[in-house]
Amino acid sequence: MTTTACFIVVSKNDIPIYEAEVGSTVRQKQEQAHQHQFILHAALDLVQDLAWTTSAMFLRSVDRFNDLTVSVYVTAGHTRLMLLHDSRNEDGIKNFFQEVHELYVKTLLNPLYLIGSRITSAHFDTRVRALARKYL
Amino acid sequence: MIGVGKPKQYGNVLDKPLSRGRQEVSLSAFAFLFSELVQYNQTQVDNIAELERRLEDAGYAVGARVLELLCHRDKGNRRETRLLGILSFIHSTVWKVLFGKVADSLEKGTEHEDEYMISEKELLVNRFISVPKDMGAFNCGAFVAGIVRGVLDGAGFPAVVTAHFVPIEGQQRPRTTILIKFAEEVLRREARLG
Repeated sequence: MTTTACFIVVSKNDIPIYEAEVGSTVRQKQEQAHQHQFILHAALDLVQDLAWTTSAMFLRSVDRFNDLTVSVYVTAGHTRLMLLHDSRNEDGIKNFFQEVHELYVKTLLNPLYLIGSRITSAHFDTRVRALARKYL
Repeated sequence: MIGVGKPKQYGNVLDKPLSRGRQEVSLSAFAFLFSELVQYNQTQVDNIAELERRLEDAGYAVGARVLELLCHRDKGNRRETRLLGILSFIHSTVWKVLFGKVADSLEKGTEHEDEYMISEKELLVNRFISVPKDMGAFNCGAFVAGIVRGVLDGAGFPAVVTAHFVPIEGQQRPRTTILIKFAEEVLRREARLG
């Protein structure tokens, strides 16, 4: 089954610090990548309001566009892990977010990593893509 | 047999587990490291305000990380969205993890709505530090104030945090108070959330 999925990590200051197209049909979707990023950024306002109403981290689906859904996971430091997808697999998405959150905390613990700057580690990228294949 | 029982080697830090690890760090090692930090910064600045600011910035980086780590590891992925919630998180959880005990007291300021104070009889970081008379009101607790500011800022509660010495009659060494003054938007949001 081919799935579309675009994953970005947005810092507290609304700056994307990591992005990846993790769906299984990546080749034909180059021109749609821009659209995916646009949809995700447009959803940031909704996330902002929703984040203060609950103390949970997984915010489920916050926005829809055609047949694509935006799911968001907010960390304690207000870093948002956002996923644009067309599947309905909520449990898989929740597990994916939790694992990426753990990776993010490990990245953050590096004292030389400036919080809010781009995550450039290739190892992080590999791990995220592997998790996406596993859970999405 | 050599190598039997060797701890597992991890290729990359992202593969290592986020375990609790050893709970304790040697106090002397920390005291030496902190004193070097203060001395190094002393050589870099011209005045006391700048020195306090540098210590605060060092603490800010620690605070931001402590927030993420503790919420992930200890609090089962629950965020704090209310003022009192985040303050009691700092007062108990953060203090317990960093200093081995909860803070002595958490009080709301009487004069202003937006002021809160965390008091401690003797801050761990100040235990082996004596401030010369010509440095006036300088307090190395600025490092801890920075940690608190890092936690609050990360959680979305911007505040100005400072450390002060409060002399108490009957005691030789003054108590230390961390004064937290929240920004306008925090109070407005708190009122909105009800």
